[in-house]
Amino acid sequence: MGRKLLLDKAHIEGIRYYDVYRQNGGYAAAEKALKSMSPDQVTEEVKKSGLRGRGGAGFPTGLKWSFLAKPEGVPRYLVCNADESEPGTFKDRYLMEFLPHLLIEGLLISSYALGANRTYIYIRGEYAWIPDILEEAIRDAHKNGWLGKNIQGSGFDLDIYVQRGAGAYICGEETALIESLEGKRGNPRIKPPFPAVKGLWQCPTVVNNVETLAAVVPILNIGGDEYAKIGIGKSTGTKLISACGNINKPGVYEIDMTISVEEFIYSEEYCGGIPNGKRLKACIPGGSSVPILPANLLLKTAKGEQRMMTYESLNDGGFPTGSMMGSGGFIVLDEDQCVVRHTLSLARFYHHESCGQCSPCREGTGWMKRVLMNIENGKGKMSDIDLLWDIQRKIEGNTICPLGDAAAWPVAAAIRHFRDEFEWHVNNPEEAQRRNFGLAHYADPLPVVAAAAAV
Amino acid sequence: MAEEKKLFKVTIDNIPVEVEPGTTILNAARKIGGDVVPPAMCYYSKLQGSGGKCRTCLVKVSKGSDADPRPMPKLVASCRTTVMDGMEVANITSPEVLDARKGVVEFLLLNHPLDCPVCDQAGECDLQDLSYEHGAEATRYEFKRRTFEKIDIGDHIKLHMTRCILCYRCVFTADQLTNKREHGVLHRGEASEIGTYIQNALDNDFIGNVIDVCPVGALTDRTARFKNRVWFLKPVDAHRNCENEKCCGKTVLWMRGDEIFRVTARKDKYGEVEDFICDTCRFEKKDVKDWVVEGPRTVARHSVISQGHYVGVHKPQETIKEVMSGRDPKLLMNIHSVSEVNQPKVDLSKIDGPAHSTDFPKLNGVQ
Repeated sequence: MGRKLLLDKAHIEGIRYYDVYRQNGGYAAAEKALKSMSPDQVTEEVKKSGLRGRGGAGFPTGLKWSFLAKPEGVPRYLVCNADESEPGTFKDRYLMEFLPHLLIEGLLISSYALGANRTYIYIRGEYAWIPDILEEAIRDAHKNGWLGKNIQGSGFDLDIYVQRGAGAYICGEETALIESLEGKRGNPRIKPPFPAVKGLWQCPTVVNNVETLAAVVPILNIGGDEYAKIGIGKSTGTKLISACGNINKPGVYEIDMTISVEEFIYSEEYCGGIPNGKRLKACIPGGSSVPILPANLLLKTAKGEQRMMTYESLNDGGFPTGSMMGSGGFIVLDEDQCVVRHTLSLARFYHHESCGQCSPCREGTGWMKRVLMNIENGKGKMSDIDLLWDIQRKIEGNTICPLGDAAAWPVAAAIRHFRDEFEWHVNNPEEAQRRNFGLAHYADPLPVVAAAAAV
Repeated sequence: MAEEKKLFKVTIDNIPVEVEPGTTILNAARKIGGDVVPPAMCYYSKLQGSGGKCRTCLVKVSKGSDADPRPMPKLVASCRTTVMDGMEVANITSPEVLDARKGVVEFLLLNHPLDCPVCDQAGECDLQDLSYEHGAEATRYEFKRRTFEKIDIGDHIKLHMTRCILCYRCVFTADQLTNKREHGVLHRGEASEIGTYIQNALDNDFIGNVIDVCPVGALTDRTARFKNRVWFLKPVDAHRNCENEKCCGKTVLWMRGDEIFRVTARKDKYGEVEDFICDTCRFEKKDVKDWVVEGPRTVARHSVISQGHYVGVHKPQETIKEVMSGRDPKLLMNIHSVSEVNQPKVDLSKIDGPAHSTDFPKLNGVQ
């Protein structure tokens, strides 16, 4: 059984309430940080732990913190990215809903380390009920002297605010999130300057994912060195995986990054195998934006080694045979699933969520979606497959923010690994149309737009 | 004695240039000039915060700097990336850049109609130039395009959203030049559009400048629409003492005969306004008496606008009929005889202005 650090107390009844959380060792890490450590020591401990950002990019957290500019007389901000909108990813929701004080404690320690006296939790608009849970927890933390002025007599002040997003996926991108938090359109900013230099209100800002900030608590509890011993190589500590799709036991699992993908899918402790004894076809291992892997590449790496649930192993050192850990949204497809249909579903999502600021993403995502719609509905041509490949190639890497890449990668990987399925749709148009997944008559809401009212 | 400023050495397409720290790659390339200058549809040096959106100015940084020579992993927007000392940049020497730019042009033209024959911006459209220089001969897009009704946003400006490429230039202009911003980008993604908030009109003092900064024909001057093609008009530099102290009063009058068809601000060789002008100068002063005419404006020879009005052109004093002693020239000229114009050794591009019969002997080395 894997080691649990984040969800070890999740089973305790009433753990979301302050008293229960405190009675079970809650706020001990914060107490340790505030009373016996300097901010730099906290940062150093996080660096030692090797914690990598859990939002998707996997950048070392301690290093990110050390980039924060510290000019005199300018406030610093910590922003908690709770805009969890990647299809297939729902781990942060679990943490916030069941362990809100774990997040608040993590925020308190991180804010102390960064010297931020004001911290924001930017939460996805669709998580309509969670802000109330967080706000209740913030009130209780205030009442018990863990927030506000001179916390526990340490001289450190902190206020945490919960800000609800309006339901745009792009606001999960850190600079778009900052723009939205400032009350503007959630358009990504062009980097540099990076948020560590000019972020919220043009002040130095760190944006971290919910899981990353929550992980700071066990790091301080057990020590950075101890945390770094868990896992393999640079994939240290534990990771939350939200598993869904064709598996017997969908849910949020905490793994210690020493298990294999095969074990994760088939063991009773985790996904429990594929329903009805069906065969594994493919898996998207890190949220919808990462490349899909067919079964033969999912269980073994290109070298023939067992693929592990780690950042490095899933990446496989190269694009064609690997994927990414991403945000940990693990989507399993059985042998009955149509990859073309799933790719279309993702293309529709990214087209809808593009902010429209830069031309390759604004125009290219819609084009990909329409070509995919034709192929899926038996109206495609063989040349459409190559066209699709070319469109994604021209979007990838040429956009302001990674949404362009997120839209392009699933299409590229689907064509790379499942080209025969695309060709089947082209060669068997009648059969493709007969399958009718309800998309054949899907009305494209664009491109004809009604005129705005004239003056 | 003031300390000498350290300049950064940058190499763009193997051409070295020295620029001040903080200069963008695009502006460093502009310092060199010529073909190494990346195209820019959304960047506008006079507008703060512009650039980075259209992605036409993408370049490859093959060496980051002397201190850190690693190449940048992706193509970067040259208009928003500042140079480092020792940086090496590839623009037209990089096939990757040219391929990406071709892709961007294709994306931009997906929802931009090729209605140049009826567009008021034809002849001075940045997208027209861009697609000519970097585009493909045909589109691969087979779906319906998005369309909008044309709307009048104010007394003087018509918005043809169908042509808009969402460069945001007009939004920055309204934000930075006028005292009240009443338009912006509405909606999201492909549904984004430039619009006024709740049927407002654009009627600020300097709002006419949105027409000048628009790289395509999305925002046009209602006082000049369809009155004439730009290449038939003669651009003339003129000025007046404008009462508006923010207005420079220096303009270009676009004339035919003595009639002023439109008034615009003066633009530099990159098509950017040198000084912004007020709406009074632009829309209301259409009489030659309102202006002090400075003289004909020099227009780059490659521009279609230069068609028909070269500086220093000599008007023939007599007509052919007069030369031919009153006889009809059609009956006298044998159009099948070999003309010197068709001789391959005559290089018409070397002639500064329209070809004249006296030019051919000169080019053939005969004085």
